Amino acid sequence: MSDKKSNKNSAGAHKDIDEVSGVETTGHSWDGLKELNNPLPRWWVWVFIICIIWSIWYFVVYPSWPVPGGATEGMGGYTQYKELEESQAEIRARQDVYLERFENASLNEILNDPELYAFAIAGGAAAFKDNCATCHGTGAEGGKGYPNLNDDDWLWGGKLDEIHQTLTHGIRAGGLDTRVSQMPAFGKEGLLTRDEVNNVVDFVLSLSHPHQGDETHGDVPQEYLAAGAEIFQQQCASCHGPDAKGKHEFGAPNLTDAIWLYGGDRETIFKTVYNARGGMMPAWGERLDENTIKQLTVYLHQLGGGEKDDAPVLIPATAEEAIEDNGQHAEPEQQPAE
Amino acid sequence: MSWMNHDKLEKNSLLLLGFIIVVVLIGGIIEIIPLFRQETVIEPVQGVRPYTPLELAGYNIYIREGCYNCHSQQIRPLRDEVVRYGHYSLAAESMYDHPFQWGSKRTGPDLARVGGKYSDEWHVAHMIEPRDLVPESIMPSYSFLMHKGAKLHDLPEHLKALRAVGVPYTDDMIKMAAKDAAVQATGEARTDTGGLIERYGDKVIARDFDGQPGIVSEMDALIAYLQVLGTMVDFEAAKDVDEGVL
Repeated sequence: MSDKKSNKNSAGAHKDIDEVSGVETTGHSWDGLKELNNPLPRWWVWVFIICIIWSIWYFVVYPSWPVPGGATEGMGGYTQYKELEESQAEIRARQDVYLERFENASLNEILNDPELYAFAIAGGAAAFKDNCATCHGTGAEGGKGYPNLNDDDWLWGGKLDEIHQTLTHGIRAGGLDTRVSQMPAFGKEGLLTRDEVNNVVDFVLSLSHPHQGDETHGDVPQEYLAAGAEIFQQQCASCHGPDAKGKHEFGAPNLTDAIWLYGGDRETIFKTVYNARGGMMPAWGERLDENTIKQLTVYLHQLGGGEKDDAPVLIPATAEEAIEDNGQHAEPEQQPAE
Repeated sequence: MSWMNHDKLEKNSLLLLGFIIVVVLIGGIIEIIPLFRQETVIEPVQGVRPYTPLELAGYNIYIREGCYNCHSQQIRPLRDEVVRYGHYSLAAESMYDHPFQWGSKRTGPDLARVGGKYSDEWHVAHMIEPRDLVPESIMPSYSFLMHKGAKLHDLPEHLKALRAVGVPYTDDMIKMAAKDAAVQATGEARTDTGGLIERYGDKVIARDFDGQPGIVSEMDALIAYLQVLGTMVDFEAAKDVDEGVL
């Protein structure tokens, strides 16, 4: 224990100075090697002291110390909830320019007021990306089972009120006002035999493929089509209409066009008739506030297929146009989507 | 300044040990004591109930598959998050989660309020192949959940274990756990859900989540869990009760 002596030295008045550098050592010796005891860099010490002072200030101003029954509140009265409220109030203040008028305006009035229209489109586009795009696609192009919202082919109606109703109460979402209809599973439930289902499928296909069954596309005999047509009038026409053009009150699609929700190939249509379909859309009235739903309604209406109400409506051609009409001061405030 | 002298401590291992114990105790007490008073930070809101057995089975699958690695379940009180996901999360909403699923990483979106946001069909299709619905998604496929039966026979044990740590499951709930799970995954149309609703309240969603009537699959369980996330607290009602808390 050769270091016993030097250890004692470091504690006492006799400093152990390294001969080469002239710096004091810690006094500890390992095989004759000693560690220099350089002081901490001055800047480091200052940062350390400032941090201590800052933390004392923090203790006083912000909620920090746990105490029985909660925590010290701090003189600043800061809470995250308060900060959230303030930042929300700031956005609301910026939106207030439009909001009061927007709240009281009917959907038709919004369409005819360029300023409110631009406000609705901006808010609707953001809300759409957050809530609707997951199913209907970022460009509202839809997918299997989720309708394309850019076209003018509507299942439950494309008038403003109808879109608003669908958004608020959803489709087969439970609740009294939700849109409900149930196509029977014609094959599975035994309403039609397999052959009859096949006949109907051939007939339905012939509606959108007019050449099916004639000489050029003679793969389906005329008598099958005739049988299918008869079954269609008995079983399907009540919802899809005698002309198969669909009915909005049942959400029954038009079967004569080239737009298919689940697919227009023979196999898919067979499955549809055999097992039935019935998509579900949540009731957004439970999640989004009324203003957002109104914004979404107007946004969806202008995507391409909005149907006109009975009252005459003046629709600006594009959102950009509406904003331009409005001048720069009317740039609508947009809540961030991310 | 002899009190600054470490010599005595460094040369006397028992003394050093004693002081180490004192220091560790101080740190430990500061960390542990607040846990005994945890109930003081849980907001008194109505509506939060323990998971039904089927939801609990889904919760277990959620943990098993490591969903928490990419999905958080905590909406922070920040403006952008509240706009995107809804009301910020409350402590009460995860008080029956053992362990809680707050997570710390959002590769995918937050799921704290995903309940009711999408249809069951969407969830099924999305689990089978996420890119069919969200082309840019990097989430793996979980199609195997469709073919795997959910483990129902050990649910009573799960409920018992949770009761041991304070989740208020009743004897009745524990006894009927496996059956309640099967009933919830079958739905009102095909079975009697009266007992389930009596035990867990009339907001319980009972239906065939995965669209396969013949099987209580893991998909049923997981979707039942996802569809209840964030839906228990009625914020409109809570607001009237105590504006200050929320």
